[in-house]
Amino acid sequence: MRGSSNRSWTATVPLLAVATLVFGLPLAVLLGGSLIRDGSFSGQNVAESLQGAYRTALIGSVKLSAVVAIVGAVLGTFLAYAVVTSRYQALREAVLTASGVLANFGGVPLAFAWIATLGNAGVITTRLDLTWWNLYSFWGLALVYLYFSIPLMVLVVVPALDGLKPQWREAAQNTGASTWQFWRWVGIPVLTPAILGGVVLLFGGAFAAYATAYAMVGATVPLVTLQIADALTGNVLVGHENVALALSLDMIVIAGIVMAVYLPLQRRSARWLQ
Amino acid sequence: MATVIIPPTEKVASVPKPRRVRVWRGVILLLALVYFAGPMLVSFLFTIDNHEQGWSLDAYGQIFSVEGFTQSLLLSLELGVSTIVLVLLLTLPAMLAVRLGAPRLRPVLEVVCTLPLVVPPITFVAGISTVLRWGPDYLADSPFYQTIIAVQNPSFPLVLVFAYVILALPFAYRAIDAGLAALDVRTLVEAARNLGASWPHVMFRVIVPNLRSGLASAAFLTLALVLGEFTVAQLLAFRTFPVWIVTISGSQAQVSVAVSVFSLLLSWLILLFVSYAGRKRR
Repeated sequence: MRGSSNRSWTATVPLLAVATLVFGLPLAVLLGGSLIRDGSFSGQNVAESLQGAYRTALIGSVKLSAVVAIVGAVLGTFLAYAVVTSRYQALREAVLTASGVLANFGGVPLAFAWIATLGNAGVITTRLDLTWWNLYSFWGLALVYLYFSIPLMVLVVVPALDGLKPQWREAAQNTGASTWQFWRWVGIPVLTPAILGGVVLLFGGAFAAYATAYAMVGATVPLVTLQIADALTGNVLVGHENVALALSLDMIVIAGIVMAVYLPLQRRSARWLQ
Repeated sequence: MATVIIPPTEKVASVPKPRRVRVWRGVILLLALVYFAGPMLVSFLFTIDNHEQGWSLDAYGQIFSVEGFTQSLLLSLELGVSTIVLVLLLTLPAMLAVRLGAPRLRPVLEVVCTLPLVVPPITFVAGISTVLRWGPDYLADSPFYQTIIAVQNPSFPLVLVFAYVILALPFAYRAIDAGLAALDVRTLVEAARNLGASWPHVMFRVIVPNLRSGLASAAFLTLALVLGEFTVAQLLAFRTFPVWIVTISGSQAQVSVAVSVFSLLLSWLILLFVSYAGRKRR
């Protein structure tokens, strides 16, 4: 056994090699390419990616993701609470299973389902004559993104809600706390790490989403993913091709910062939810 | 006397509260039902609403005759199966090794299998397309040039398989990790080895059967991911199933929604299986 133990690291080599070649190399090229303009080292690409239409797109993406993350977190938490406090075990199982399905589900079919429902020629739009409504807008996108964000939030927050022990509530009541006081001083502080963690995940999901936005709005809503795709497919000035790489770098930095918030939070919430 | 009276009034006062909670919960669940089931039902109505002749399932019949349907669906399925095989072949031995003999590599493996979640797919594809674009310039005289051309063969783009392996790593890792956590891997392996089993025998006759549900959910999650993946395929200009749906949407709106409903049901079935199996295991 000892002999094989010493060599067992070799079994990880294929995976690490593939990851380095297929994941590490493109990211290295991305970083390098974003710093090269006309064959020489330069910060121009990054500077350009933070100006004009690109800047608008970056801000648009961050705004959309923030709205989806916060609204999704609030609604998802309420939905999870409604399910967790229910007496019906079957309801709980059904909602959790459905959440597992819907949270993994986005992309093109989702966009088309919403276009058929609330698009310009959608069934609801035409039947109810919703002339003021426009699905191909910021709020339309937010509505559609919530479709996969709320279920993800439910999955994240249900374990935390399960961890809210009834004894804590009884202890609070016995010592004379009102419902509001219980939530203010016990419930919300215990749930906060899980909820903030959910906000981060939702933000990341909405920030990276491309297929849904592409199929729905094309280019009418400024989003960084759409701009990157546009630049990658050649829709840039000659010599400015690497702006797509610089924009990608901006995205990775933003996603990385947001995710970096998540890890310590997760550790904190794990302490309470044993 | 007062103490005798107070308890009943308290009881009476506390009765409306649960009812209020119940009404409130009912409203939330109802809204959720409308929001989540609504678009599905309505898009189905959209596909069967034939303005002149009333209701008909024609759009679903037309799916199969639209040019490119079979080809793109088959391509996506082939990519899915190849990705599953490759991702399992890469992750399972590595994860076993980390548990059995190389625990110090565990954090490395964890980071490698989590990073693809942090890096947005579109930035990943920006990197890949740059590599594919630059490769021919620098490697024109070397055998690598042929490799770079070969992985982009449109009838079976290997580059997509590798990209999807990376995207699937986090899901496969977590599914298999949950499966392994429920097993006493070391005892199983040592017992089998002491009884004279070879490593392949241990792998396929001991570990794999015990990990069935974990491997199955890793496989199905990967399949769902590949069947729905749009970003990488579209930007590298390969016509997989989701890319095909978008290309036909301009000319045949009803058929494209019908295909969407069809692919929705397909991926729901897959994910439902994963979600159900995963919850049963826990």
